[in-house]
Amino acid sequence: MKIFKLLEVAQSSLLKNKTRSLLTMLGIVIGVSAVVVMVAVGKGAQANIEERISALGTNVLMIRPGSGDFRGVRGGAGSRRSLTYADEQSLREEATLLAAVSGSVSSQEQVVGGGQNWFTTITGVHPDFLEIRAWELADGNNFTERDLRSRTKVALIGQTVVENLFEGQEPIGQTIRIRNTPFRVIGILEEKGDSGFGRGGGGDQDDTILVPLTTALYRLARDHRYVSMIYASAYDMDQSVEAEAQIDEIIRRNHKLIDGQENDFNVRTQTEITETFSSTTQALTTLLGAIAGVSLFVGGVGIMNIMLVSVTERTREIGIRVAVGARSSDVLTQFLIEAVVLSLVGGILGILLSWGFCKFLTDSLGMTTIIETRIVVIALVVSAAIGIFFGLYPAQKAAKLDPIDALRHE
Amino acid sequence: MQPVIKTEGLKKTYFLAEPVHALRGVSLEIEAGEFVAVMGASGSGKSTLMNIIGCLDRPTEGSYWLDGIDVSGLSRNEQAEIRNHKIGFVFQGFNLLSRTDAIENVELPLVYHRGKHIKNPKKMAIQCLERVGLGDRTDHHPAQLSGGQQQRVAIARALVNEPALVLADEPTGNLDSRTSIEIMGLFQELNNEGVTILLVTHEKDIAQYCKRRVEMRDGVIVEDEKIEHRKDAKYDLENFHGFTGI
Repeated sequence: MKIFKLLEVAQSSLLKNKTRSLLTMLGIVIGVSAVVVMVAVGKGAQANIEERISALGTNVLMIRPGSGDFRGVRGGAGSRRSLTYADEQSLREEATLLAAVSGSVSSQEQVVGGGQNWFTTITGVHPDFLEIRAWELADGNNFTERDLRSRTKVALIGQTVVENLFEGQEPIGQTIRIRNTPFRVIGILEEKGDSGFGRGGGGDQDDTILVPLTTALYRLARDHRYVSMIYASAYDMDQSVEAEAQIDEIIRRNHKLIDGQENDFNVRTQTEITETFSSTTQALTTLLGAIAGVSLFVGGVGIMNIMLVSVTERTREIGIRVAVGARSSDVLTQFLIEAVVLSLVGGILGILLSWGFCKFLTDSLGMTTIIETRIVVIALVVSAAIGIFFGLYPAQKAAKLDPIDALRHE
Repeated sequence: MQPVIKTEGLKKTYFLAEPVHALRGVSLEIEAGEFVAVMGASGSGKSTLMNIIGCLDRPTEGSYWLDGIDVSGLSRNEQAEIRNHKIGFVFQGFNLLSRTDAIENVELPLVYHRGKHIKNPKKMAIQCLERVGLGDRTDHHPAQLSGGQQQRVAIARALVNEPALVLADEPTGNLDSRTSIEIMGLFQELNNEGVTILLVTHEKDIAQYCKRRVEMRDGVIVEDEKIEHRKDAKYDLENFHGFTGI
């Protein structure tokens, strides 16, 4: 029996019971669209996070002090003050795989300027910091090595600070006072947005003031030897492992750590951070998809149910077909195709529905949703597979019918 | 010339709580071009015999050659193929597919035809419908046809694969007497054209239109005779008055 003939028979028998066919399909429609929407939302979240991580900069490596250990009481990561300004300078001079290095030391201060005051984060950095973080200046100039050497009191201010201190004013050239020390604003940072993670949870990266590292160390910090963190960027992300090894080597030597002694600092690469977050969202996406998959399964059971009813109703038809020469395999294929057509059409409708729903989520709720071609293909294959899986039992039941009994069936 | 049907000592036993011997050794030979009526009360074994002759069932014992082929030990699939190629079925309850039109109903055996490719099944179906006098009703659905017309569609379906044998199981059982005579007339016409027909009936009147009568009782053939005073459906129809009621 030819395939188009089978499809024709399937179509006519499904159209004969339009309402029933639609209701049966509904299970698959809902199941498929639930899976597709869940995965699309998960993928969207993942893309969001990846975008934020890439906003961290290019090929970034972050070096942080290790956990402190004071007479057996261990603090958290970064609690120890072990990274020094000298480490930063060694890295810059000796690490051949690093394009740029910048130490950073932060403190939270009440800042006065433009007739207002604002509590914000002051971070001392090297001029290369902007390059590492891929952060542009909206206006003005970056400070220079010379500012670093002479510990000039200059500042670059973030957009949030601009809004809070200099609303409606030209910030460049203005003076801000940090702990009563006047700083001249020489540049405005471009908007970077919410990091979504990092220091203090959902940190507003624009709520910051950058000053030369030496200025911060000598005029704002209590101890001018230690930095809280060192940022670096590798020339090539593929060499991040080698770069990490180089960093290890230099800092271990600086800290006079002997073999077998643990690092008193740790290095994280951007790849690692990306992987950590990706695996989390991946797990979430899988979980959501799996839960939605349950509804797909229920939809499949619905198909099986209706197909069983259909086989009973059409016992006589099966008998006629067998009497005129249909083989068991012909009957099996016929019912299997009906189940597959049901589930596949349901799958297609489900994909259309989920596309509409994702569009709604994006347009009205501003959520990022990504429907990958892959997931569409998988959804179609899975719905066809459901048709086969749940259609097989009823189809076998039909194929096994004895023609004599089937013909006598009322 | 070999017989269309040749059975030797056909036995069929149903193994229920107590074994039921539906057939106890039936030997029958039917030549091409014959028109045989199988008669018998219910329980006589005629249905079982029909099922075996129709390759819907297999004998417990004995052999059966259909058109020269030993079909007593065939598998289900092989039986299906034999039914498809060699046998045309006509049932008491017409057994048409309700949601398909006459052409598609007649086409049905061709849909399951294996082997040589059928070029124009639709054309063959229409030719068969014309042969049974329904050339003007090819696109009608069973519900739009009278009982007699439905049975004609069923007969057309039985003819479409050019079978060696047409097997009719109580073909007039659901029809009024006038239509019954019409259908028997159609069978007589087809038989005159050379179609071999085996017909099951319990009505003596209907059997009178055939050429040979086989009577069954308790699983064996008790009578097998040529029909004397054979009735002619054409003549009967011309002189049909029926019962007009009082």
